[in-house]
Amino acid sequence: MRSSLRIRNQIGRIFSVAGIVLLLIVVVYPQFWMIAGAFKTQAEFFNNPSWALPESLNLDNFVLAFKQANLGQMYLNSALVTFPSLFFILSLGVAAGYVLEVMVFRGRNTLLLMFLAGIMVPGQMILVPLFMFYFRVGLTNSLWPMIITYTAMGLPLTVFLMATYFRALPREIFEAATMDGASMIRSFFSIGLPLMRNAIVTVAMVEFFSIWNDLLIALTFTTKSSLATIQVGLLAFSDEFGSIQYGPLFAAISMNILVVLVFYIFLNRQIMAGLASGSLKG
Amino acid sequence: MVKKVLGDRRAIATLLLPAMAIYVLAKLVPIAWSFGLSLFSGNPLRGFKFVGVQNFVKFASDPAALKATQVTLTYAFVVTIGQVVLGYLLALLYLFVLKNASSTIRAIVFFPTVLPTVSVALLFRGFFAIGDNQGPANSLLNAMGQPSLEFLGSGMGTFFVAVMMELWRSMGFYAILLYAGLVDISNETLESARMDGASGFRLVRHIVVPLSLPILLSSVIFSLNATLKVFDGLLALNNGGPGTETTPLTLFMYLTSFQYAEYGYGSTIAIALTLLCLVFTLVIFRSSRRDITQN
Repeated sequence: MRSSLRIRNQIGRIFSVAGIVLLLIVVVYPQFWMIAGAFKTQAEFFNNPSWALPESLNLDNFVLAFKQANLGQMYLNSALVTFPSLFFILSLGVAAGYVLEVMVFRGRNTLLLMFLAGIMVPGQMILVPLFMFYFRVGLTNSLWPMIITYTAMGLPLTVFLMATYFRALPREIFEAATMDGASMIRSFFSIGLPLMRNAIVTVAMVEFFSIWNDLLIALTFTTKSSLATIQVGLLAFSDEFGSIQYGPLFAAISMNILVVLVFYIFLNRQIMAGLASGSLKG
Repeated sequence: MVKKVLGDRRAIATLLLPAMAIYVLAKLVPIAWSFGLSLFSGNPLRGFKFVGVQNFVKFASDPAALKATQVTLTYAFVVTIGQVVLGYLLALLYLFVLKNASSTIRAIVFFPTVLPTVSVALLFRGFFAIGDNQGPANSLLNAMGQPSLEFLGSGMGTFFVAVMMELWRSMGFYAILLYAGLVDISNETLESARMDGASGFRLVRHIVVPLSLPILLSSVIFSLNATLKVFDGLLALNNGGPGTETTPLTLFMYLTSFQYAEYGYGSTIAIALTLLCLVFTLVIFRSSRRDITQN
């Protein structure tokens, strides 16, 4: 009886170890295969089986990808769009969350609901009017349409999350500060912001990835190829060269994976917590 | 006096107005504008013509629109079920098998969630077919004695790859979401159930699943809301094709508006999509509410 139980336990353990190994292979192998492909020559793609490892580790494909696809410009564009958008979303959103939760005035719940309502609306609903508007005021052919649109789309979730985080703070902190004569703007900068540091990092993670990885907005407002973000440019590169030169395409895709991986290695805890708490976002 | 400072109008205006201004001008006004546009046909170059509800009538009888709606709904249902089931199984694995040793595995399985969808789609395109060299998926099929399949040559095949791709990308995310809910089930509850003789499958079936129903429902709502808006994945994987076989509403709207410059009809499609998201969220929310009050 005892030994049969032990055997059953052992079989169970073997099954779970096998399951976990299979899980890891399924998750990791496609990424590994893509990065390995970035080192293959065109001949290797045609002559060797697809699962074969590269024969040498030279960086020619990466060099070609940077030259042909203009990857450097694309990463620069992505950064020039993502970081200003993040800055606007966070500075405006945190301030709005503070007002809507800490301060007292009529209609603040209505305003909070109004922001909340924006979370679910798909981007398609605002694209055409914005496109017409940016064209009319002459912003097309710059990165501003993307920055403004990302800011408007990121605000609802940020305001909502920040209001939730401010709700968790005891109100007495702010009341005591007013007793000491601090204005609300002052307590925002000297109490609210410092206390919200972790929350701001969390929200920043959610918004960073949704902007950096976005295709819809970027595709709509990329009116010329020199404005392409990395996602738009990668798609165009794949359409143009994808069926002719696999190596550079694989190198470009691998770069896109590796950039995110570097972030992830250092910040995975915050990223996972952030994305899970931002799961309201559609 | 505290009341007065807490209600300081100048502070409210300074801190709130910038966010309000951008939100109203770049989100609310465009939404209203889209509703207006849906009553017109044409574009700024050709000029607009008022057509009333004709765009909506057209949508209801346009085979392309119905096809796109069908693609969106099928994709949303299949992927939502897959995401939540896979995520839940993974969460159970983390909690009951891996226990405290699971943090590295959690992080590895989560990683594809933050990868750009464009990269993931191009990766899967290569994985299932790269020109003459057929990619590892077909190599695996051949190794098992099966002939190669041209996955991206048919609507069904593309749809299959798209679903696999999205599950691969997001299962780690749903695992974390559901794991957070499972961890909240108190150890005492689990212990007392164990004392009563529940273990393994029965413990999960009768104790864990009922207790995690709320988080399962919010995962379903979240997942439907995200999958109904699928865009980059299907666009980058096979351009919504072959033909329009895997073109969802989002892509159909994009092409209608920006390729064919039919701004009015494009806005109509956007409204249909928004209504779809709204209806599903409300229906699931309502039905889950009723369940909770009944128990």
